[in-house]
Amino acid sequence: MDPVLRTAPTRDPAWQGRLFWLLAVAVVLWPLGVATEFKPWVLLEPENLKVTRQFLGTFFPLAHDSEFLSMVARETWRTVAMATAGVTLALAVAIPLTLINTRVLSISALSGRMARGPFWLRQAVRWLLIVLRSIPELVWALVFVRVVGLGPTAGVLAIALTYGGMLGKVYGEILESGETHATETLLRNGSSRLQAFLFGLLPTNAAELTSYTVYRWECAIRSSVVLGFVGAGGLGQQLDNSMKMFNGGEVASMLLVFIALVALADKASAWLRKVLG
Amino acid sequence: MNKPRAANETYRLPPPLFDARCKACWFTLGIVVLVVASFWSLDLQWAQFLSLDALRSMGNFVGEFFPPDTSPEFLRKVAIGAWETLAMSALGTGLAALAGLALALPASRLFEGHVARARTPTRLILNALRSIPELVWAALLLISAGLGPFAGTLALALHTTGVLGRLFAEAIENAPPGPGAALRNHGVGNGLVFLYATLPQVLPQLLSYTLYRWENNIRAAAVLGVVGAGGLGQLLAFHMGLFQMGKTATILGAMLLMVAMVDASSHGARRWLTR
Repeated sequence: MDPVLRTAPTRDPAWQGRLFWLLAVAVVLWPLGVATEFKPWVLLEPENLKVTRQFLGTFFPLAHDSEFLSMVARETWRTVAMATAGVTLALAVAIPLTLINTRVLSISALSGRMARGPFWLRQAVRWLLIVLRSIPELVWALVFVRVVGLGPTAGVLAIALTYGGMLGKVYGEILESGETHATETLLRNGSSRLQAFLFGLLPTNAAELTSYTVYRWECAIRSSVVLGFVGAGGLGQQLDNSMKMFNGGEVASMLLVFIALVALADKASAWLRKVLG
Repeated sequence: MNKPRAANETYRLPPPLFDARCKACWFTLGIVVLVVASFWSLDLQWAQFLSLDALRSMGNFVGEFFPPDTSPEFLRKVAIGAWETLAMSALGTGLAALAGLALALPASRLFEGHVARARTPTRLILNALRSIPELVWAALLLISAGLGPFAGTLALALHTTGVLGRLFAEAIENAPPGPGAALRNHGVGNGLVFLYATLPQVLPQLLSYTLYRWENNIRAAAVLGVVGAGGLGQLLAFHMGLFQMGKTATILGAMLLMVAMVDASSHGARRWLTR
């Protein structure tokens, strides 16, 4: 048989497809660009460029007088404290709701179908958790700042509610995805639900529950900085103030502190989670 | 009657409650100290918050939310805000995926024994981009990009670049090395090896990371506007600042609806994909 000789095509054989997809992407991107007023050249207008250059120019030297540094240290601690207090209160919200919500701990479900009352109670708790975590913590903080005034109380409450919703949902998922045989046996042999939880469900899942909580604490530190921007105190509020006064040196120092804080929390939580297994 | 006795009495002792090598004890102690110190050092105004007066004002405040403003022209405004939020998140994520891929290449060790000098500095940049939240980026960018959704889009893009860049770099480093090595042995350059061996293998993973971040970014974009960066958040901050609580309630409802829709569709898509 003759080998079939083929010459390489002189033009890209897939050009039609490529052209079509390029056009399709452009058609999709166009309205997005219009809606977001996407005009990168705005950044390069001489006036904006001048402002940007001035602001960036004031970044150095970093602000480092002792008064400023002690203020930063104090506010950094407040940020961490806000996150910690918020997560503690979130646990106070999440743990009872999880105990009510967990399907594994239902006695009536042991015999097949859950009774109607408990079923609707669980459904109600589930919806409550969804509402709690669907409203971003920033919005909760905005609302609470109106009620309790400026200060960390609003931030702590905001973190407590949003994170309570998240923790409650994930705790439920963790408890239901693990090995439930021991718990079921305990319940079938007449232990109370709390006993079944403490001696069956909790020991098997304790490590996973703790490590998720530590991870959420790390997230809470990040979000407590953001909460400062709506007046909940801490590093975020000082950052906002310095930005409004165009004090680049202070902004740069605080950003560096913030990056270090996040890296530290990241390391601490990774280490804790490794130790906890 | 004699009670039966355990063969080995020492086993019946409860474990000591505390000893210096007990990691869990130190861990618990540390947490208790941290929590107590936190509550003690923050001047939390529980009295003010839980007093009858505060509860009444809270009740009034919540009462003002009703009835929500549902006039057609305001609903149209909210719809435009929601569309703006969605567009911000989509464009921001798209830009971030491109920039993340561009930064992921220098941030990864492409083959066994690759020197990859740029790896550490690029990862440092990615970490810095990642550890500053979107909202802080938005507040910084307002200075050079002005009020409006453009600053928000850029802020989302910058933060997400850090997140995606790192995830992409990890995916590229963990790709099976076989096909790349085969091409490389024939003297093909790094760029072509990436395009024809590594990218096709990791593309599904990159796409799923990007979609996951998009989901997160929709939620983030909804609140970015609070500092003036466009979308539903800007409407919210504006009307809440003017104490127009009916309008605020409508916007909050729209936000909730949007988040719920994103959650439901991602849940559905995941179920459909893993079926």
